[in-house]
Amino acid sequence: MRRDASPFIRFWIEFAENRLALAALGVVILVVGAAILAPLFTPQDPYDIGKLVLGDARRPPGHVGSGGYVHLLGTDAQGRDLWSAILYGLRISIQIGITAGAVAFIVGGSLGTIAAFAGGRTEALIMRFIDLQLSFPAILLALVISAILGQGKWQLTIALVASQYAYFARTAHGAAVAERAKEYIEAALSTPLSSRVVVFRHILPNCMPPLIVVATVQIANAISLEATLSFLGLGLPVTHPSLGTLISNGFQYMLSGRYWISIYPGIALIVLILAVNLVGDQIRDQLNPRLQR
Amino acid sequence: MLGFLIQRLLQAVAVMVVISALVFVGVFAIGNPIDVLIAPDATQDIRLDTIRRYGFDQPLWKQYLNFVTSLVQGDFGRSFVFNMPVLQLILSRLPATLELTLVAVIGATIIGVPLGMYAGYRPNAVASRAIMGASVLGFSLPTFWIGILFIMGFAVELGWLPAGGRGDTVEAWGIQWSVLTLNGWSHLVLPALTLSLFRMALMIRMARAGMREAMLSDYVRFARAQGISDGKVIFGHVLKNISIPLVTVFGLELAATMAFAVVTETIFSWPGLGKLIIDSIQSLDRPVMVAYLMLVAFLFIMINFSVDIAYAALDPRVRSGRT
Amino acid sequence: MTAALEVRGLKTHFFTRSGAVKAVDGVDLTIERGRVLGLVGESGSGKSVTGLSILGLIDHPGRIVEGSVKLDGQELVGLDRDAARRVRGRRIAMIFQDPMMTLNPVLRVGTQMSMALRAHETVSNDTARERSVRALSRVGLPTPEQCLAAYPHQLSGGMRQRVAIAIALLHSPSVIVADEPTTALDVSIQGQILQEMQRLGAETGVALVWITHDLAVVSSLAHDIAVMYAGRIVEHGPTADVLAQPRHPYTRGLLDSVPGEAKPGEKLAQIPGSIPALIDLPPGCAFRARCSRASGACEAMPEIAEIGGRLARCFHPLEAA
Repeated sequence: MRRDASPFIRFWIEFAENRLALAALGVVILVVGAAILAPLFTPQDPYDIGKLVLGDARRPPGHVGSGGYVHLLGTDAQGRDLWSAILYGLRISIQIGITAGAVAFIVGGSLGTIAAFAGGRTEALIMRFIDLQLSFPAILLALVISAILGQGKWQLTIALVASQYAYFARTAHGAAVAERAKEYIEAALSTPLSSRVVVFRHILPNCMPPLIVVATVQIANAISLEATLSFLGLGLPVTHPSLGTLISNGFQYMLSGRYWISIYPGIALIVLILAVNLVGDQIRDQLNPRLQR
Repeated sequence: MLGFLIQRLLQAVAVMVVISALVFVGVFAIGNPIDVLIAPDATQDIRLDTIRRYGFDQPLWKQYLNFVTSLVQGDFGRSFVFNMPVLQLILSRLPATLELTLVAVIGATIIGVPLGMYAGYRPNAVASRAIMGASVLGFSLPTFWIGILFIMGFAVELGWLPAGGRGDTVEAWGIQWSVLTLNGWSHLVLPALTLSLFRMALMIRMARAGMREAMLSDYVRFARAQGISDGKVIFGHVLKNISIPLVTVFGLELAATMAFAVVTETIFSWPGLGKLIIDSIQSLDRPVMVAYLMLVAFLFIMINFSVDIAYAALDPRVRSGRT
Repeated sequence: MTAALEVRGLKTHFFTRSGAVKAVDGVDLTIERGRVLGLVGESGSGKSVTGLSILGLIDHPGRIVEGSVKLDGQELVGLDRDAARRVRGRRIAMIFQDPMMTLNPVLRVGTQMSMALRAHETVSNDTARERSVRALSRVGLPTPEQCLAAYPHQLSGGMRQRVAIAIALLHSPSVIVADEPTTALDVSIQGQILQEMQRLGAETGVALVWITHDLAVVSSLAHDIAVMYAGRIVEHGPTADVLAQPRHPYTRGLLDSVPGEAKPGEKLAQIPGSIPALIDLPPGCAFRARCSRASGACEAMPEIAEIGGRLARCFHPLEAA
């Protein structure tokens, strides 16, 4: 490995050495790309209820519907083309997963850092609350919050953020406290730098690696949790199906052999989550100083 | 030690009070229960009468006070839907959830810990890589999706195991149990396995990380320098060290798994608490929601409490240290 | 008479992703019964890996690639796992730097001692107890019975290291390799342990390889001294000779950087630069980049050769003063 390369390049070279992680990254890029460009690849807008034909409902893969095109993966109970519904569903899942992850990152990360830096009673109060919440299962919290807020994209995102930010907060707090105790921070504080500069220029950058590790895990978790809530009927409405909603709708037809309505969206979901997790695993291994050889 | 116990108990009580308030306010915001309680064609008089009878006309804080007062007297209220005392309803559903959760977590531990220890002992072996690959899968597959696959495979396609329900039960200590009958087990296997895969993946990772760290530690190196065989080093020295974090995880996972049973029970129509809470959210059965959440919070606090004590019992440094 | 320990041409390399790290690259050592050899070097010189290699405790990705380790004339390199295990702890023992970490924190001292005993012998509980008590009192622990019932964290650092020494002595080995066993201790405790080891060495006839970076420790304890640099021995001879008249420039540098040698106010001598990375080490003398006496000849590796009553690996050795 070249020693003169920038840290980013070195990180990338090490990442690329793991073929599996590299393949997973390719899958993530492919899936995200397909989801963003969904309208280009799909014969139907699954959210345009006016265009759905009930006569096309629950047709097996390969069926040529009234629209005159082939339903590659069949249709769902409302007569939606599943291929289109899956791509649009991925879009929603990714959007919610990333938004929830990013907001939780910012909220939790700042809360944890502020607590660590403020110290004293503020710190105790914030961290007590975080610990209390962490001891409560995330799924129940998300369940109750989405029951309170009702169905919808934003409601769901809020429920996810509320159940996930605490992980970021605790991680950031732990890293910031460890950082605060180090001598260079004391040195920086003894110079006439404002404490804001110390927090943003010194403490925050050093808290980033553990936070990034948590983020990769939590984005996959958010996508999974979203699907779970939608599956339980508490996430997105049937008119705007996410992957979880599609699977949930198909579940009742599975016992009668119409497997495709649940299975294909399910495969899309696990491919996405698996790929994100594999990428996250590799990043975690690389950022974990204890495993560095 | 006694001072520590009392302090922890007081903390637990304070936490319960805070949670009860949060839960009450939160659940209060979900829908309007009047619509559930009375037929849509009821007269205005009946409507007002019902509102008064349930105390919905009173301000929130007063409702909360009434709620806490009756709670202290052991009265959780009546379910709107089942029209029976909530406590009785929950207690009748608790055993089903308890046995599902216990079987899942114990299974995950018995299978996951040895696999993880092996993967930590021989990190480069092919089998270890396979175990770790499987654990990524266990982490990635959402619980409900595993359940669907199992139903597809074992119930629909192969027809080996039933797709739902609890099967035959036998009464013991006044409670119905599925684990005591063969038919009950056949119903239990799929949901328990579904529920346990995520925990198993977690146990594998924990055990592997603990094992890897221990194998690089000085005390293992010293033990090996004494000519103690690897088997004895692992079972005589390492196991007790890594069991300390594992006990913590086991306890916390027990509680988290109970919460996650919500999903599994819904898929497999397992008549436990999880299915009850989903049904009651959908039917706006407020007293059931409140009581369930309080119960889960209570169990969580109790488990955390016992984990702390188990920790102290296992780790001599904690036992004689500052606690 | 065969030497207690004879190491010839030992090479231990670590095969990492970025290349082979030649931590030990051709080490020769000989030590007789009842003698103490001080193996001295900076951190990263390969002295600890040498110790671990002697006991066959090198783990993946490391491997002994060449050489021989003879214990009382018996070859240890190439023994199968179980045969090597039967030698370890019974005929050759090792103690480590940090007594805080070398004892298992969650097991009682008695449990750990009886496990060490039972690694090589079948003994009853009573016998195990009795022998543990004897071993503990031999290393100067005043209340061995209490010690057995204690957990490591209940003992002081010095007591813990004595327990480790007692464990090493349980089976009366021929050789003990001690890897910086006093570095983590207070200076006063350090002195006590050194004295204890000296006494035990004389009493039991055990040969001691004492690995350290501290020349002061070696000067008071060791009969012979071997100085290691970048995986090789650069000077090896009787302690008094080597310390009084070092022949290798590196040994000279080490001696000069001991603060006690300088007068107050005088600038402390230091060796310029730092120890080279052991990956892709260029051929030739590894010290030449830091050496004031280096010449073109040093681009080849000098052989270790007899000079002034000791061995030195240098083309331009220092003259006798």
